[in-house]
Formats: sequence, C-alpha cells, structure tokens
Amino acid sequence: MSFFLKGVHLPHRKNTADKPAVRMTVPKAVTIPMSMHIGAPANLLVKAGDLVNVGTLIGEGSGAVSSNVYSSVSGKVTKIEEIMLSNGAKCKAAVIESDGKMTRDETLCPPAVSSAADMVDAIRKSGVVGLGGAGFPTYVKFGADPARVEELIINGAECEPYITSDTYTMTARVPDMEYALAKIKEYFGFKKIIIGIEENKKKAISAMKELASNIDGAEVKVLPSVYPQGGEKVIIYHTTKKVVPEGKLPIDVGCIVVNCTTIAAIGEYLRDGTPLVEKCITVDGGAVKTPMNVIAPIGASIADVIEFCGGFSEEPAKVLYGGPMMGIAVADINVPVLKNTNAVLALTEKEAKLPKTTACIRCGSCTNTCPFGLAAAEILLAYDKKDTEKLKKLSVMSCMECGCCSFVCPANRPLVQTNKLAKALLREEQAKEASKNG
Amino acid sequence: MAKLLRLSVSPHIHSGRSTAGIMRDVIIALMPAVIAGTIIFGLRALLVVAVCVASCVLLEAVFNIITKKEQTVGDFSAALTGLLLALNLPAGIPIWQCVVGSAFAIIIVKCLFGGIGCNLVNPAITARVFMLVAFGSMATQSYPTIVDTVAGATPLESIAAGNTPAITDLLLGLKGGAIGETCALALLAGLVYLLVRRVISWHIPVSFVGTVYVLSLIMEGFDFMRALALILSGGLFIGAFFMATDYVTSPTTPAGKIVFGVGAGLLTFLIRYFGTYPEGVSFAILFMNILTPYIDSFTAHKVFGGKKS
Repeated sequence: MSFFLKGVHLPHRKNTADKPAVRMTVPKAVTIPMSMHIGAPANLLVKAGDLVNVGTLIGEGSGAVSSNVYSSVSGKVTKIEEIMLSNGAKCKAAVIESDGKMTRDETLCPPAVSSAADMVDAIRKSGVVGLGGAGFPTYVKFGADPARVEELIINGAECEPYITSDTYTMTARVPDMEYALAKIKEYFGFKKIIIGIEENKKKAISAMKELASNIDGAEVKVLPSVYPQGGEKVIIYHTTKKVVPEGKLPIDVGCIVVNCTTIAAIGEYLRDGTPLVEKCITVDGGAVKTPMNVIAPIGASIADVIEFCGGFSEEPAKVLYGGPMMGIAVADINVPVLKNTNAVLALTEKEAKLPKTTACIRCGSCTNTCPFGLAAAEILLAYDKKDTEKLKKLSVMSCMECGCCSFVCPANRPLVQTNKLAKALLREEQAKEASKNG
Repeated sequence: MAKLLRLSVSPHIHSGRSTAGIMRDVIIALMPAVIAGTIIFGLRALLVVAVCVASCVLLEAVFNIITKKEQTVGDFSAALTGLLLALNLPAGIPIWQCVVGSAFAIIIVKCLFGGIGCNLVNPAITARVFMLVAFGSMATQSYPTIVDTVAGATPLESIAAGNTPAITDLLLGLKGGAIGETCALALLAGLVYLLVRRVISWHIPVSFVGTVYVLSLIMEGFDFMRALALILSGGLFIGAFFMATDYVTSPTTPAGKIVFGVGAGLLTFLIRYFGTYPEGVSFAILFMNILTPYIDSFTAHKVFGGKKS
C-alpha cells in the first residue's frame, strides 16, 4: 500500500478564494423541498396561506434518518408544489413569497445542552446535514456510537475545482467552528479532532491552526492537493492511516468525518439557535459574469443567484450543482439552492465540451489512477455482460464515484458512469434476493 | 419554457489526453531513430518507412470502408504500426515485402480481431516474426552505407564469435541490423521523451533490459563490457522501449508490467544463447503478449479496503 492514495492533479480554478462572500438580496420567493438530505423526506407542516418567519419549522424530520426543514425567509406560503429533484425523485416543496423583511422567528433560542444525548438532539434540531455535498443527516453520525469514536475528522479538503465555500467557512466562520468543536469536545469527549485541509488553502490552514491551538486534542493536517482528497475513506487514510474495509463505515474504524461548514452550522445553532437556513455557495464558471461566493437563503432559485452575480456573460452549455468532477447537471436554472449545495457552476460550451468516446486501448490509466485501485475498464466489460458475480469480484461497490477514471481515460469511456450503473444493478439484485428470502 | 440545458453524468471535465495524442507522442519519440536510420542506411531506409506507413494507413482505411466501420486512421495507431514495422526491417528489403508485411500487421493481426484495442498481439512484432519466417528477411541484413564495415556479421553474431564490438559504434548505430534498431542513442532519446510525457512508465523497459543485462552478465563471466554490448545490440532497445510497452498487448498495472518485462528478458536471453535464431526479442515479446491476460489476472491492484486474497 502506497503512503498516499492515487488520484489526479486537477486545475484548481479557485477564482473566488480571496473574495469576500456577499449576502444576496432577498429573493421574491423561495422554493424549499422537504428532501434535501439522504433519508426520509421531512413531513410538511405548513399549508398555503400560512405566515412564516426566518427559522420557522416547516418540515419535521420523520424516521431514524431524516432532517428538519426551516423557512429561510419571512413571508407567506403561497403554494405546496411537487417538484422533481435532480436524481429524478419527486418530493413536496413549500413555495414561500418573501415579505423582504427577513424577520427572525422569535421562538428561536440556543438549545439547552447538558449531555451527549442533548448534543445529538440539538444537532438533529439544527436541520444540519452533510454540507460538503452528501447531505447525510449529521446527527446520525454523532448519535450512532460516540463512545467508539477515536478521531473526529473535520473535512476541509475542498478538492473540487472552483469551489471555495469551505475556504470561506474556515477563514470567516472560525468562531462558529470553534464554538461547535468546544462543545463537541466537552460532551462527546473525542480524543482527537483532526482538521484535514489541502495545501493550496494557506489562509484556511493558518486560521484552523490557531483554532486547533485553543482546543485540547485538536490538530491540523495539511494534505497534498490531489483530487479526491476530500473523499471520506481517502481523508481518513491520509489523516489517521486507518483503512476502512470494503462495505464498512468510518465508525467501524473509530472515525467520523464531518465537513467544516457542517461544523460551523452546528456552532451557529448551538450559539444562538439559528437553524440551517442559508448557505454560502461558490458561483463560478466561464459563463458567469462576476464569479463570487454568495450567501443565499435555502430555496432561492439558481436563476436568482446567478442574476445576483450579474447574470450570464454568455449562454451556458451546462449548469451544475457542485463541482465539475462530481456535480450534478441541471436541465433548467429554476431549481432551488439546497442545504447541501456548495457551488453553482455555469460552464461555457468550450468548458463543457467532452471528447468523443473511442475504443479502450488498455492503457491502464483508470486502474492506476483510482485511489482504491478499482479496474474501471474491466467493470465496464462485466457490466455490459451484466455479470454480477464478476462485478462483485471487482469490488465495484467500493467505488466512491470520484470520476478520476473517466477524467484520465484517453478514450473518454463512460467509466465512473458505468460504475454507478453497476452499483445500482448489484443493489437491485440484492433487494430481489432479500425479498425472495424474506 | 426556456431552452433546456445539457445534461450528463459527472465528471464534466476531462484531462484532454487522447488516443491520438498518445500515438502521436510515440511517433515523435521514434523520429530520432528514423533520422539515425536514414543517415546510417541511406535514403532507401526512408523509402521503406514511407511504404510501410502508407500501406498500414491505407489498408486500415480501406478495411473500415469495406466493413462499414467507423474510420479510425485518425488515431494514428495504424501509422505507428507502419513506422514500427519499418524500423524493424532492413533497409534493403524488397518493397513488395513491406506491403505484404503491412497487410499482415493491419488486416490479420489488428482489424480482423476488432481493430484498435482488440488485438491480442502487437501487430508490428507479429508481422516482423511472420516476415522472418516467410521471407527470411532478417537474414539479409543491411549494413551501414556511411562507414566501411566488414559485411557479413551483425553485432550479435560477432559477439557470439567471441569479439566485442566497440561500444561507441553500438551507441551510434554503426553496425548491421534493421533500420531503427541500431542507434541506441536515438532510441534512448525516444525513451526519455516517452517517460517525460508519461506515455509509458519505466517498468517494462527497465525490467526487460535489466533482466537481459543481468543474465548476460552471468553467462559472460561478469564481463561488464560484453554484457553492455549485448544489451546495445540487436532489437532489444527498440523492442523494450517501443514494442513491449504497447498498451493493448501488455499488462496494465506496474506489477504486471514488471512480470512482463522480466519474462520477455528471460525469453530473449534463452533464445539468444540457446535458440537457433541469433535474436529473440520479437519472439519474446510475442510470447509475452499471449500471456498478458493471465499476467493481468494475477497482478490486478489490491482494492483499498478489500479483503485480502
């Protein structure tokens, strides 16, 4: 096993790193979906005509893995819509017309915390989910088995090109992060807190080093700027040398990984009771007139956010939620900013152009670049034959879908794309078997 | 409703590497050898190169047209096959044999198996072996036109006869042999270019040449100069740097490449010392090509976090 896992050197394009984040003008309306996280959608609590304020609970988490949803503006609920999410699933969303005042809900107050259980409950109530992009409800990670946690890893790698919203967090929201980490240390008693940051973020590194010096057992680990440094299993290995076995979770090796902006959001809620209602997002790409970091209310439409950045400088070919390596393309810009949106990129025709797919020349770049050593070219062949036994043997379920294989493939073959299909195929087969046996 | 935007699954950017770019780099890396071959063997060498390249490209184009396949000559792989084949032939070879060899490489070894990426063995190597058997081409070696050398013995033959050729002659390529194989310096320059451009890794060239060197050293009673002369002679450098490193027909992982290189080195050594042919590089590579799927199957990367097998 090599000292560092493989990956690719990407162009950084962190154009917005040194610019201050700007709070966008209050949009006329926001559309807040009940599903902005992994798990069950929240139960809608409002109906058309209801008046809400900033921070009013409009959707309550349902079941073991879910999340609360709060209004991000003050105003009136005008309708309840069914919207299609970028993964094709449908969910309910509250459309709220803003009164422009951004009146804060007066019932908001800091949670009373006196135990680890209280902390988990507070994190649940904060509406915070994995803000690095995954959207996994954060309270589930902390609540699973805190006694087993040896290291809490704060993910500040931010390895995708363009995106600097975590850099903003690590430089401008240090007090929120420090507040959260102090409380986490106090109530969960984790031995070690490791903040992992890629070396290309000098200011964030020095700010986090200062923060770490105030918290017992906290340290900063500077990591090479190699994508996908921020992958969960990758950052665990590079900060602790622990290997998460195939099919296991970080907690199985005594780790939990939480994004730095997630920590800041928890801190804000603990300090003054403000739940997750707004998000700093990087708006960039060649088709955006003035790239910048924008603090937008959750539910604001991407169209409004881009308009706030001066609109388009040229017609975009592709608009993404997230970075160019793992981001999700949208068909229409009238879609909302979600809790886990960390960037909106509008790519020009030239930036979005991908080469033609040609025959595999067996160069081995896919397997030699994969951080986990998966053989993507072989997975593609096995998937074509729907050979599920071979797919299992090739460990396709380990794929974190970082996209390095497709990025380096000289034949531009749909490698990571096929890995995703292969994973879905195996899950389907597993479900079928479970229903047969059950 | 406004015009819909383009949708596709991530990633949305690409490194820009392409098959055509890789093939072009290998062709560029072979240019020093082409120039050296022309200087050493005269303009006839250039004619052989031109005929082989043109034949390979044309034949692939025609094959694609007849079989209604997508045109692939734009990826430069057919041109590269022609170039490699030519560099492995003596300058004095009859032109019609060049055309027949090219047809064998492109049509039989490559296109009939499904075209680029699907051939089991290296087209240029296989065609060279075919021509050696069919025409005895290699028996009619060409000798440098720019210096007066004693005709009749290639370096490998003269080493076998107990002489040690001058190392400088071997480096410069002032010796009998195929067009592109004699000038070691030109081939080394090409190797450096391929390594710098990261077209190939060091594993196959180093393990292949290293194995031949070590085994020759043992056989030659630790005579370092004779062992050095042995690796500078024959088709070892062009084979180890440019033919054994062909992606399609060699293993994909570093471990697999080393197994391949050591295996090819061992076979080259065995054929040179104990076989009936004076040179064994082509046979060795061809044989290892056939073993490549098996080497791949036991040298795959261990998956991170995967069960130990």
